[in-house]
Amino acid sequence: MKKLGIILNGLVNENPTFVLMLGMCPTLATTTSAINGLGMGAATMFVLICSNLVISLLKNLIPDNVRIPSFIVVIATFVTLLEMIMKAYVPALYESLGLFIPLIVVNCIVLGRAESFASKNGPFDSMLDGLGIGLGFTFALTLLGMVRELLGAGTFFGMTVFPDRYGALIFVLAPGAFITLAYLLAIINKIRKVS
Amino acid sequence: MIYIFMFIAAVFVNNIVLSQFLGICPFLGVSKKINTATGMSGAVAFVLTLATIITWIVYTYLLQPYHLEYLQTVSFILVIASLVQLVEIVLKKISPALYQSLGVFLPLISTNCCILGVAILVIQKHYNLLESVVFAFSTAIGFGLALILFAGIREQLSLLKVPKGMQGMPVALLSAGLLALAFMGFSGIVKL
Repeated sequence: MKKLGIILNGLVNENPTFVLMLGMCPTLATTTSAINGLGMGAATMFVLICSNLVISLLKNLIPDNVRIPSFIVVIATFVTLLEMIMKAYVPALYESLGLFIPLIVVNCIVLGRAESFASKNGPFDSMLDGLGIGLGFTFALTLLGMVRELLGAGTFFGMTVFPDRYGALIFVLAPGAFITLAYLLAIINKIRKVS
Repeated sequence: MIYIFMFIAAVFVNNIVLSQFLGICPFLGVSKKINTATGMSGAVAFVLTLATIITWIVYTYLLQPYHLEYLQTVSFILVIASLVQLVEIVLKKISPALYQSLGVFLPLISTNCCILGVAILVIQKHYNLLESVVFAFSTAIGFGLALILFAGIREQLSLLKVPKGMQGMPVALLSAGLLALAFMGFSGIVKL
């Protein structure tokens, strides 16, 4: 039951996007469509789980005052791995996410979880925390991508819902990202207050 | 002439924050007051230009000759993190006054994605050293412009009566959206 709690915590109570407001750059930049949002979320989740696992295994070996640089090196290693894997197996997604794959290194969520969870807990719990936070991030990005894609291009995961001449292109462009997130956040604040 | 175009393009047309979504965290985090926004912009301009020069040199003279391009991410983040530390120490020693005004923002900068983002962009676009410096500096000016404008809007915003659900972050994001919309008006004035 406690294990499930760790996952749920990342998904709901400490949702990185809607509650902690961390990692805003990829959230706004890569959610032009639901598929891109899902891809970015999954990529970040991979890095989160791996880096959390390794950092919690190494936590007793790393001296306290070089903690942050060591964490960054571990994270950067997994990001480089991910970059190579994505370039080989999903080149189309890799192209469309572009710059934001290497930028997972400076995503505050990953370093934040390493510092606040993985450096204090066991390997298995840390992996679950990575999974939970990763799922929460993926959920938020996919939701945002879904709304933007539907309003902007009239499609749902690439399937046409209504002809794109009725779509408001602005939602796919930069201002739409800010505006969609603003309203989603307001709605979620409302729901959280009720429950 | 090309450098002037590059400057205009980086500041207005492809503004780093409002159209490329890099450096959103400081953009939302330290934009409550114009004073802090100005300090942050100064610190970013300084570190961004310096970091871009150093990462460009590391890439061109260290990674490329030995075919170690895949180490780009790891080496760049290490260079940036240590550079920020170094700048902090040097600044504290040489110019305490400047340190007073920029110092608090320096630790925040190592996780600012616009530094690493610009360092990688410069490599992707195959700029030479001078072009990289111009690009980095004008990007930093663009960042400062967006940040200070946004801080001004937020100072006014705090005096308004906002509906309960929209208070705080939602209304700030909404005004950032409108600011981005305004910056879209610049698109097309420079073709590179």
